[in-house]
Amino acid sequence: MMRLNPILSQKIIKTLLWILTGSTIGILFFIIIYIFIKGLPQLSWTFLSTNPVDMGRSGGILATIVSTVYLIGIALFFATPLGLGTAIYLTEYTREGLITKIIRFGTESLAGIPSIILGLFGFAIFVIAFGWGWSLLSGGLTLSAMLLPTIIRTSEESILSVPQEYREVAFSLGVGKWKTITRVVLPAALPGIVTGIVLSIARSVGETAVIIFTAGSSLRFPSSIFESGRTLAVHFYILAREGISMPMAYGTAAILVLLILIINISAYMTMRFLMKRYS
Amino acid sequence: MPAIAINNLDLYYGSFQALKGITSFFKEKTITALIGPSGCGKSTLLRCLNRMNDLIDGIRIEGQVLIGDKDIYAPGTDLIQLRKEVGMVFQRPNPFPLSILENVIFGLKIHGQLPSEKKKWEKIAFRALSAVGLWETLKDRLKESALSLTLEQQQRVCIARIVALQSRIVLMDEPCSALDPMATEKIESLMLNLKENFTIVIVTHNMQQAARISEETGFMLLGDLIEFGPTGQIFTKPQDDRTNDYITGRYG
Repeated sequence: MMRLNPILSQKIIKTLLWILTGSTIGILFFIIIYIFIKGLPQLSWTFLSTNPVDMGRSGGILATIVSTVYLIGIALFFATPLGLGTAIYLTEYTREGLITKIIRFGTESLAGIPSIILGLFGFAIFVIAFGWGWSLLSGGLTLSAMLLPTIIRTSEESILSVPQEYREVAFSLGVGKWKTITRVVLPAALPGIVTGIVLSIARSVGETAVIIFTAGSSLRFPSSIFESGRTLAVHFYILAREGISMPMAYGTAAILVLLILIINISAYMTMRFLMKRYS
Repeated sequence: MPAIAINNLDLYYGSFQALKGITSFFKEKTITALIGPSGCGKSTLLRCLNRMNDLIDGIRIEGQVLIGDKDIYAPGTDLIQLRKEVGMVFQRPNPFPLSILENVIFGLKIHGQLPSEKKKWEKIAFRALSAVGLWETLKDRLKESALSLTLEQQQRVCIARIVALQSRIVLMDEPCSALDPMATEKIESLMLNLKENFTIVIVTHNMQQAARISEETGFMLLGDLIEFGPTGQIFTKPQDDRTNDYITGRYG
């Protein structure tokens, strides 16, 4: 066999890796550009600020934006304290052992549950058993179960990355355990925790299966969390799936993509800002 | 009356005995050095004096440590009060990722002793940073991150953090081992200044350092306090052969 010149083989490998990386980015850009070309022409202030008319054939998407915000708010309201509390317990209040293994296995499994199954669970518990019907509250609670694993894992990782020294110094200064956590550990872990939460928002913005089962798909402007509501993603799904209006579907999709971009960028910026503040 | 009196102190990590019947007295406003090879128990002993060892699992401590006239291992000891009185300086400078000012006032703030007017904070910072010889250099940089300082300055800020709490005793666990010789010299002269107001106990690997700054020295080996006495005597006329072997460099 012919032996390749090392410089040449180096070049081939480099080009190959370049192509692989390039295609990854390429796929992302293709999706975004395609959606934007189809969707951006639909966007206008009226599109954002009026409610859907005639099942979404005309009018705007205001009600779905509001429902999305409600749903995320409710989900985070429950998932953040629960997730952060679990992470603090796992990292600061217990030793590695059978119990932590079970908890970790539990959260990992929760992360692995298909969202449609979670939706079914939410439907059975919140919608039927608790009698809340299809409502933003049922949807938000179910969604929070979906976000928990992400929040727990990212919080845990960032708490663990806080140098052990800080805890020792704090103890040596007479700071109790809880104050050490709230005044020393959590501030230092904040960038990671916030990033985890913001990224979990991005995930819930795109979720549909869970929400159709639990929050329903009412197009009315939600006036309380006990009413049904349709999120952006669900609206998009129904518009496209039922063939109601493809232009409107693309317009909604463009808003979704923009929203997720904004969330990701703001997560990045928050992290940068907090890291500067605390280091 | 000694500042610290250790009375027949045993410490076990599980079944391993790390300290064996230590009895000693450390004088007030004096620098006492603990020397000995790695693993001899000198850091462990130091960490008994502010009960930092409590954090370790499976540890058992018997005996007494009197600070003032209180046995700090007696049940019902106020650990927060103890650690306010007995500060600790660690091997690696470890200011919090906060501003210099926030670091200095950290202890007071967390113990709810910080006056509400911000003007008084500067006074506290002035006192604490002057005591460690940093005020002139840093007075205009109080808002900067403490992590932007040199290691030597960081170590000084860590000491200032203790000074601000008005501790009486400062425990130092190899405080210069992360520093270069110049910085070490400066920290040593700081320690000599601090001695006027603080009782200092220092653990060090560096025998010359012990000889330069301490008035009393204890030599430890395998969990025993082999010899304790005036530094000059330990280094020139040690009573025990093992001490002699160590200071002449046979092991360690």
